[in-house]
Amino acid sequence: MIRENKTKEGYISAINGSLIKIKGLEKYVRLNDLIKIPNYHILGEIIQIFSDQVIAQCFDPLTNISLNERVVSLNEPLSMELAPGILGNVFDGIQRPLEQLFQSFPTGGLERGFKFPCLSRTKKWHFIPIRKINEEINEGDIIGTVQETTDINHKIMIPPFISGILSYIAPEGDYIITDEIFTVKRYDKEQSFSMLQKWPITKSRPYNRKENPNEPLITGIRAIDLLFPIVKGGTTAIPGGFGTGKSVIQQILAKWCNADIIVYIGCGEPGNEIANIMKQFSETLVSKSHKSLLERVVFIVNTSNMPVSAREASLFSGVTIAEYFRDMGYDVAVLADSTSRWAESLREVSGLLEEMPAEEGYPAYLPSKLSSFYERAGLIRALGKDHLGNERKGSISIVGTISPPAGDFSEPVTATTKRLVQVFWALDPNLAYLKHYPAINWLNSYSNYPQFITDWWFERDIDWPEIDLDWSECRNQVNEILSKEKDLKHLIQLIGEKNLPDDQQLILFSAKMIKNGFLLQNAFDEIEAYTNYKKLLGIIKILLLIYKEGKNLIEQGLMVEDILGQDLINSILRIGQTVPNDAFERIEKIKSKLIQKLRILAL
Amino acid sequence: MSVIYKKIQQIIGPLLFLKNEHNAQYGEIVKIKTSDESIRTGQIVKMNEDMIIVEVFEDTSGLSSENAEIVFTGDIFKVSISKDMFGQTFNSLGSPIDIRSKNILDSDILTDVQRDINGIPINPFAREYPIDIIQTGVSVIDGLFTLIRGQKLPIFSAQGLPHNKLAAQIATQSKVVSEEPFVIIFCGIGIIQDEAIYFLKRFQESGTLQNIISFINFADDPIIERLIIPRVALTTAEYYAFEKDMHVLVILIDMTNYAEALRELSSAKEEIPSRKGYPGYIYSDFASIYERTGKIKGKQGSITQIPILTMPNDDISHPIPDTTGYITEGQLVLSRDLHKKGIYPPFEVLASISRLMKDAIGADKTRGDHADVSSQLLAAYSSYLEVKDLISIVGEDGLNNDQKNLLKFGTDFEQKFINQKSNETRDFNQTLTIAWETLSHLNKKQLIRIHPSFINKYYKTQV
Repeated sequence: MIRENKTKEGYISAINGSLIKIKGLEKYVRLNDLIKIPNYHILGEIIQIFSDQVIAQCFDPLTNISLNERVVSLNEPLSMELAPGILGNVFDGIQRPLEQLFQSFPTGGLERGFKFPCLSRTKKWHFIPIRKINEEINEGDIIGTVQETTDINHKIMIPPFISGILSYIAPEGDYIITDEIFTVKRYDKEQSFSMLQKWPITKSRPYNRKENPNEPLITGIRAIDLLFPIVKGGTTAIPGGFGTGKSVIQQILAKWCNADIIVYIGCGEPGNEIANIMKQFSETLVSKSHKSLLERVVFIVNTSNMPVSAREASLFSGVTIAEYFRDMGYDVAVLADSTSRWAESLREVSGLLEEMPAEEGYPAYLPSKLSSFYERAGLIRALGKDHLGNERKGSISIVGTISPPAGDFSEPVTATTKRLVQVFWALDPNLAYLKHYPAINWLNSYSNYPQFITDWWFERDIDWPEIDLDWSECRNQVNEILSKEKDLKHLIQLIGEKNLPDDQQLILFSAKMIKNGFLLQNAFDEIEAYTNYKKLLGIIKILLLIYKEGKNLIEQGLMVEDILGQDLINSILRIGQTVPNDAFERIEKIKSKLIQKLRILAL
Repeated sequence: MSVIYKKIQQIIGPLLFLKNEHNAQYGEIVKIKTSDESIRTGQIVKMNEDMIIVEVFEDTSGLSSENAEIVFTGDIFKVSISKDMFGQTFNSLGSPIDIRSKNILDSDILTDVQRDINGIPINPFAREYPIDIIQTGVSVIDGLFTLIRGQKLPIFSAQGLPHNKLAAQIATQSKVVSEEPFVIIFCGIGIIQDEAIYFLKRFQESGTLQNIISFINFADDPIIERLIIPRVALTTAEYYAFEKDMHVLVILIDMTNYAEALRELSSAKEEIPSRKGYPGYIYSDFASIYERTGKIKGKQGSITQIPILTMPNDDISHPIPDTTGYITEGQLVLSRDLHKKGIYPPFEVLASISRLMKDAIGADKTRGDHADVSSQLLAAYSSYLEVKDLISIVGEDGLNNDQKNLLKFGTDFEQKFINQKSNETRDFNQTLTIAWETLSHLNKKQLIRIHPSFINKYYKTQV
């Protein structure tokens, strides 16, 4: 019945900010359906329905529009176009291609109401079928592939809820995304499909079942990989005041983390930041294929001066695209910067609707909206099989930054997010002030994942007889040293550092070594930006070896600090900057030197 | 084309409520003519079937429901721009004014173009990442927090600190090192007349007046004009940058007045307040100003912004500096302590940062040692402050040699590097030379952040 009224029209009866009231459509539209102001090509989404009118938020500014302007219902919810051609692309919050827009408006402005399709309808993709006619197929089954980029093989999947007999499949060849690729027959009804699928952004794509995470998402940031690890399929929040380096951490993750695909959501952030990250990506090469990193990234960009309603959609747009690649069996990382700006867009629209506010003006539905975003993370077993009958696993890891006003972690967005995520990297303005980056406060941050990935690290442990600690024991010792140091800090203020007993001075010395030689890491240094797991274990084991031997020396009345000498200490502190990831033997050399020095003494 | 309309139903602060009997456009400009022949301007901000709400840009006092005629222009708010604007001062509606008398001058300026004051947001894909520098001639800025063309770098000041002096210094002595055209747009938001006169005098004395276009909104002007004037200034800037290929530096002073006007208007509209009574959309609103900065691929020009704001109660976590800091690419913070010591410009260097600097300095741009030196200066200064704390515990005699060196360095750094005269221009070389003079108080081993080759080249042992 709804279909018959497809061309139903209404008219605008009120305008307020980005909201319009529409009369004449109230009987025909569904909540969250799209509407369009055809004369200006402005899209909007229906957010409230009353008996005599509906309210829609528009994705473009409404300047110059008069009341009584014609509005039509598009009779579909806001959806993402899913097909080859997504990777490397830059979209706004509702998947409009920004590169296309720039080509048509070289003045560089975001002109209102442009009408390109989200994905190119002219580009041809080389499709290779892997299933045959008359085979029985089910939802999620892979029927063919397209090599989308050098590294990413795009799987063409049967859309969810479709099954039957494959009654036609296109032969190998070049097709545009809307060409017919296969047909499915069920109960004598035949349905035709192209490579293009559409999926509404507010609904999560179905999967077979969720599993417990078992593999870390390696970031190359030592403080994170050792102390506050994240996993493939995990959720993380990075709160921090301005200048604490949130965006830099996001950029490092995007560049170096071991996910297959990155969905980068620039949500209400400044434009130059986006320009910077795109430039960095195009200049960074993936070591395997020597293609630029751009090829594994999808950008969803809604900068701070773009319309707020599209900002609200952008988080869900991004995660929907991520789910599509997850279903192919890839590990996807969704980086959202910043969720506070997203929450503010909710607040703005809620204010226009004159809803009753909860805390600090945010609407009462902020927690439920946020949880519907973070809940879409996870390690899953996807629907369907490939032609050999293999199932596949995919994951979505979500890392969202939070920009708490005045750096206050008790504000609603931070407090709510804390309940929804498993990892919390609290960025500390005091550390940033001391130029200690990454400014992750080691006392307030936490991760609930170490228990899941102990085995992974254990398999990769480096075997040094002198110091027999695995990854999780290293973590425990480092945590112990750092928390003891914190207690001692109070004491020092009272009695001064030199008056502490030797064992406590050793704690201070070790904590200093750990902070400067391990936690401190320069994100802009070519060698140091990324530390692989082997180098990480090497550095921390050397530092803990000093601590261990230091304890023995105290019994002999000696301070390890005095014995090692400044040169050796400096060379240990500089391992991060000076030893490349593939030169592990140099770390072993430093270790041998260290042991030699300690041995001589023991004799 | 224009429709005249006579009935005002309600007046609340700057808002007029009209009965909707005319098919108006959202965002349309209306002219309000009163019986005494004065004309005011307003804009439609909200409309429904019964009512049109107009925000009046000027003072609403003296308006009544009977004495005013409303003219719908059918157009949005545009500002006239001309190449003859240099050296002159304009009000928020783009009319030339005399700063000393506050009078509107008869204008013989020919309009070249008219532009919508809200501009069009820059397509993020079209942005070019800024990597070219502006030399301000101020050592702290050039040496430690280099200003980049296309950057927005605010100055967080507080009442009683010399931000006006600094603003005038930056406006008069900034330049691009290449010989490309460079202009200054100076925008005073809610400033008092004395300050405006001071700026004018400084511009005249320095002989740079012909290179500056000023927009001034006085402290006693209606609040809505405060919200318009930065947009008028930026629209002008966009014209020169993106249509005339010039590098434009926009100085906005004082954004605190802007934010307070925003709050006042929001409360008149009965909106739900967020922190400290500021509206929830303060971030988006600030962004709509600060984001009109940058470079566009394929264009020569650029817009750089230095917004200056005074932190209420010296509180950096107040919504105004806080929101600004989240949008801008760094911040320069002024310190009351240094100001009391008589140091000008009193920058609190450890709280300041320029985030775009790292890609824009170096051998072929400023000097090879620049990055290392700036990082070493900050690290050493931070150690110096620690040593100073230590003195209060152990006394100066309890310090070791390294620490004594740091003391000498720190004093010199404040007195010679940070401190400079308000009309003194230092180029990059001079700034770095002074930096090395202060660093030479330290012994070579203490310079861990500087590459040895630079130490060999520039380090001079102190006699």
